[in-house]
Amino acid sequence: MNQNKTTSREPLFHVVKRPERSGRQMLLFRLGAVALSILAGGLFILAIGYNPIEIYGTILNGAFRSKIAVQSTIKITIPLCISALGATLAFKMKFWNIGGEGQIIMGGVFATYFALFHDDWPHLPLMIVCFLAGLIGGGLWGLIPALFKVKWNTNETLLTLMLNYIALYIISWLQNGPWRDPTANGFPKIAAFAKNAVLGKVLGVQAGWIVMLVLTVLVWVYLKFTKQGYEVAVVGESQDTARYAGIHVKKVILRTMFLSGAIGGVCGMLQACGTDATLSTGIAGGVGFTAIIVAWLCQLNPGMILVVSFLFGVLEKGSGVVQSSYGLSTDCAAVLQGIILFFILASEFFVRYAFAGRSSAKGGKKA
Amino acid sequence: MEQTERMAIRCSGITKTFGEVVANDQIELSVRFGEVLALLGENGSGKTTLMNMLSGIYHPDAGQIYVEEKPVSINSPADAQALGIGMIHQHFKLVEVFSAMDNIVLGTSGKKLGRKALAAKVRELCENYGLEIDPEKPVYEMSVSEKQTVEILKVLYRGARILILDEPTAVLTPQETNKLFNILNQMRARGCAVIIITHKLNEVMAISDRVTILRKGKSIDTVATRDVNAARLTELMVGHAVTLSIRRPEPQNVSTILKVVDLTVARPDGSLGLDDVSFEIRSGEILGVAGVAGSGQKELCESIAGLTPAQKGAALYHKENILGKAPQEIINLGISMSFVPEDRLGMGLVAGMGMTDNMLLKSYRSGKGPFVDRPPARRLANKLVEKLGIVTPGIETPVRLMSGGNVQKVLLGREIESNPNLLITAYPVRGLDINSSYTIYDLLNQQKEKGVAVMFIGEDLDVLLQLCDRIMVLCHGKVTGVVDAKTVTKEQIGLMMTGEVSA
Repeated sequence: MNQNKTTSREPLFHVVKRPERSGRQMLLFRLGAVALSILAGGLFILAIGYNPIEIYGTILNGAFRSKIAVQSTIKITIPLCISALGATLAFKMKFWNIGGEGQIIMGGVFATYFALFHDDWPHLPLMIVCFLAGLIGGGLWGLIPALFKVKWNTNETLLTLMLNYIALYIISWLQNGPWRDPTANGFPKIAAFAKNAVLGKVLGVQAGWIVMLVLTVLVWVYLKFTKQGYEVAVVGESQDTARYAGIHVKKVILRTMFLSGAIGGVCGMLQACGTDATLSTGIAGGVGFTAIIVAWLCQLNPGMILVVSFLFGVLEKGSGVVQSSYGLSTDCAAVLQGIILFFILASEFFVRYAFAGRSSAKGGKKA
Repeated sequence: MEQTERMAIRCSGITKTFGEVVANDQIELSVRFGEVLALLGENGSGKTTLMNMLSGIYHPDAGQIYVEEKPVSINSPADAQALGIGMIHQHFKLVEVFSAMDNIVLGTSGKKLGRKALAAKVRELCENYGLEIDPEKPVYEMSVSEKQTVEILKVLYRGARILILDEPTAVLTPQETNKLFNILNQMRARGCAVIIITHKLNEVMAISDRVTILRKGKSIDTVATRDVNAARLTELMVGHAVTLSIRRPEPQNVSTILKVVDLTVARPDGSLGLDDVSFEIRSGEILGVAGVAGSGQKELCESIAGLTPAQKGAALYHKENILGKAPQEIINLGISMSFVPEDRLGMGLVAGMGMTDNMLLKSYRSGKGPFVDRPPARRLANKLVEKLGIVTPGIETPVRLMSGGNVQKVLLGREIESNPNLLITAYPVRGLDINSSYTIYDLLNQQKEKGVAVMFIGEDLDVLLQLCDRIMVLCHGKVTGVVDAKTVTKEQIGLMMTGEVSA
């Protein structure tokens, strides 16, 4: 027939599925991706005219050179790790909560109310109340998209994202209006908390690091050993299976999103009462988004999240030092983060697939 | 039969792997113009993979395909079409709101014909091949067999001389199957080459000239149909001799356990999935449910299992309606129900979890405290591995990595271990090889002998007739009859499946 229409040659390569890799192989594979990304990052540094080894050295040195440096690295780690733990709960359920920013902010707002207006309370009860307020604030903010989801099956990605902006503008409104600092000469900001309303330090770092460690263990135990954690995993795998097993899917979605948001809210409280000692629009500062990356990189493994958050902390702290000593913008750190992420995500593709070239396809017998 | 000897397609040394799985291993296959070749093999033996390579969906890793003795490389379905190869897929790919002829010309290039000319052309094609279709009829008004006719016309219109049909009879009643075979005979007479994929032996014997048997991705043998019998074909297909009869123990102590009255269930789109269905489920016997796919089987299972709400009607257990009750309430009434759904990995099991965690699915709530109790589940998993001969690298290996037969054993095993007195199974042997299928039939018979009421939703009428005690036939959500499996014939059931006769 009209055979001339067909392509006579095979395509140059095609994608084929490869055998499932073992956990060990996957780990090695990802480490390889990280190594490659560091190499590519080095090329980037080289391209903008610096010595990559020197810059990498400064990053490491900058993060660890002194006790104070280590302390501030940990300070960066705390919100990132906690927020990633919050995201993990939702992601385990395949509920795409990218509203970490908003949940952090609302946790901060709720906690700030008590820190601002009840700073005459004794310190410990006040801190506990702030903690609970942050937890509830973040939890409620997480509950909103979940309610819409179970009631009208709305898209949670869009809703959680949009709620971030609403939360952000709530702070703007508060600092321009009701909570404006009367002593700031009309400048729109919220007053610094009284000393009594600021979280104390343990070993030179705000006490939030203890909360971070406790939460890491709690989330791990919750997901791995509790009935509720089991329900989260089943709902995430298949809602039909969950229904079949008699799991109340809507209840699980609402409960899990409350918890996910609540952890974000705790993060907000620690930022406001611990690190910043005030509430500003910069309270989340993109942590809620970076946390998504961290949670994803760590395959929702709480232990890994702790480690990777710390590494991100090192990168960020070190980049700050690079900026002050070389005049290199911290945006470069963001570029490096982006490169690492790109390589890791790309490696996920090669975990499952491989390219088969034309030659190997022809490798078989030609009769 | 003027061009009988001309080779249409020859495959030589075709190999295709998906990761570690070798789907096709050095396959040899040939089909001539003017013959019907049956491609016989169990599920997972590589039939569909091979045909997908002929139709340009996959590309072989090694080997060469020849069309009319010229080596070709088929890189896309368009290539296959240009070579005159047409594939009729198991699942129809039609636009519901278009008419037959709109569907037929959809996607063809060249000048568009006027409606009249087009209708005439379609009618001419129909006459040539003995097909019956109204070119103006919209697809949504068509029966399954009419839709299949449109699919066949689609490939014929595109000038296909080599037709591949992937399990075309799976959705047809026996009468419709006969009609399809008449069409295939016409095609053969007109010099087309036809490849029909199937795992039903009687169909192979009825329609094909030659049979190529695949087993585990290898082409085992090609034989002339007239030289073999069904037993020999099974032996080739399975690799050893098997007895093809299913045991049917006499029902003991039969008593009605569940009485379903006037059950009406709506589908999500608002149409009626079940319409006023009434029947009884009795302990100690197997009730088969026959019907063309989509006749309400899914709604039947899920409404009784409490997963889909019923619009009207009741399921009475000792005069108490169990529909709309919570699972715990139902158990308190003294009825313990197990449901083996048709979508095993999407509903019955959690694909990404290992056997242990899947054992927990029904029982994780038991026990006090917030923590899951895994040791009993682990013991149960180990027990099932031993008792049912489940092949798995370990009880923590995700079940999605296990083969279909083993997955089904995990699911059915878990349900049986919960000691139900009512067991509902939907297509429990779908996708399983013959050995696994017989293991499942045995398990169901054991349950029946223990006095469990078993409901068996099946698709293979031969199996239903041999295994069940009574068969209920569904057609468009209505019961067209409940018959004694020992006395009824396949043809009678076929007529009830189309609603032409009711008993």
